[in-house]
Amino acid sequence: VVGGGLAGLSAAYGMAMAGVEVLVLERGDYSGAKNVTGGRMYVSSLRGIYPELWSEAPFERPVAREVVTLVGKDEQTTVETASDRFLKTEPQSYTVVRAKLDRWLADRVSEQGAMVLTKMKADALLKDGTGRVTGIRAGDDEIGADAIIIAEGVLGLLGTEARLRPRPDPLHHALGYKEILELSPSTIEDRWHLNPGEGAAHLFAGTLTRGMTGGGFIYTNRESISLGIVVSIEQMARRTDGLESWQLLDDFKELPQIRPLLAGSTLVEYSAHAIAEGGIAQVPRLWGDGYVMVGDAAGLSLNALLTVRGMDFAVASGYYAAQTVVAAKKQKDFSGASLSTYEQRMRQSFVLRDLLSSKGIPQALENERLVTHYPGALANLLSGLYTIGPGPDVKLSRKVAAAARRHFLDPATLKDLWSLRKL
Amino acid sequence: MSIDAKLGQNAFKLDKQAHIVINQSVCRTSCVNRACLTVCPADLYSLNPEGEIVINWEGCLECGTCMISCDGKALSWQYPQTEFGVQYRSS
Repeated sequence: VVGGGLAGLSAAYGMAMAGVEVLVLERGDYSGAKNVTGGRMYVSSLRGIYPELWSEAPFERPVAREVVTLVGKDEQTTVETASDRFLKTEPQSYTVVRAKLDRWLADRVSEQGAMVLTKMKADALLKDGTGRVTGIRAGDDEIGADAIIIAEGVLGLLGTEARLRPRPDPLHHALGYKEILELSPSTIEDRWHLNPGEGAAHLFAGTLTRGMTGGGFIYTNRESISLGIVVSIEQMARRTDGLESWQLLDDFKELPQIRPLLAGSTLVEYSAHAIAEGGIAQVPRLWGDGYVMVGDAAGLSLNALLTVRGMDFAVASGYYAAQTVVAAKKQKDFSGASLSTYEQRMRQSFVLRDLLSSKGIPQALENERLVTHYPGALANLLSGLYTIGPGPDVKLSRKVAAAARRHFLDPATLKDLWSLRKL
Repeated sequence: MSIDAKLGQNAFKLDKQAHIVINQSVCRTSCVNRACLTVCPADLYSLNPEGEIVINWEGCLECGTCMISCDGKALSWQYPQTEFGVQYRSS
């Protein structure tokens, strides 16, 4: 298993449990040491996949409150949604700190008998004359295996080099970066209106990305918040005004409406990573002779505006990869034909079904009006309704009609509405 | 807070060997955008007095954004050698 993140560890866990001899290579000092996540993992689809793990996993907070802030030029509107449905008897999602979660999972994997080698970077995939993947090279060592689980993450350096997948391109990848800001649990609960122990996912869209596809986020951890920005790499790279990516976050933090959320916090870490945002169209072939590909290495992530998923796909893909390898071992057949059953398993699972049913979303999110027009327009409409001027006030119905005409009665908006049917 | 101060909070294990190497002739001949100067979230790319692009790879967050954005594929980009680079504790 190349890579000891959620996908690789999930594959290793399933294989080791079935008695397969497993070696995991992780380049960090520990699992999670090289990982950057926004911060929230959905577990509702994982109830049937290693349920014993999720009841004990060191999550941060179950997400009880979903918050979206529309950021306009001079005004913001926030919509907060709390529902018993988010928590029920078992919460549907948790905020996570991967340095904790992955490390914990690596220990569970070791308990099942797999060997997790940290501080061990795989440098290349080995292939034989027929193109079959037969092992890996790490420094001067070559390690052979019947099957290789490629779980190297979104950059896919080894898979690209071995021509098993394309090089990540700017059009279908975003840059995500964030600060970890320490805050006391009670401060977090006060500021996000939470009961003790509960968490919030707070997304921001609008002027903060300066016209580029993307947005901001805050996820509440136990004793810190993850505050960050996601922005299209292609659009960032094409700018001609010299704006630097890191400035977006500093400017965002300075907004008078954001500042009070962060007051008194201490920065303890600054992290960044590229994110795959191409959806199902960019998922490469998931298998071949001697290998299967899982998690981010296979582009298994989905930004659907209000929900951002990847970690549940990582765990599930690892689970199905393990099932596939265990079956292949019984047949003593690790050919592509045998390992292609991984794709069938994935097609029947929520992973490829959800990616497929959301195939229109990546393109829809490229619509710049999602950041340049709608958030600001809505915030402006509402702030107008709340405003009482010095003179006689205008009738409410007139105010609404005027704002609606100004912001929403134009061909572009009608076109956008029409295109919604594809989602 | 400056980017340097932010990076100063991270645990880095510094390698002596660069894991990102810039092919200057590609930069000179086939790069228009110079995206690396603006996309890097750690602000590690700059121009030296000769007008060449240089990188302070020691503060690298290993995000891969510069590699992805590089038009001319001028960057030879590897993860740092085993045991080196950033080690996240809280992300």
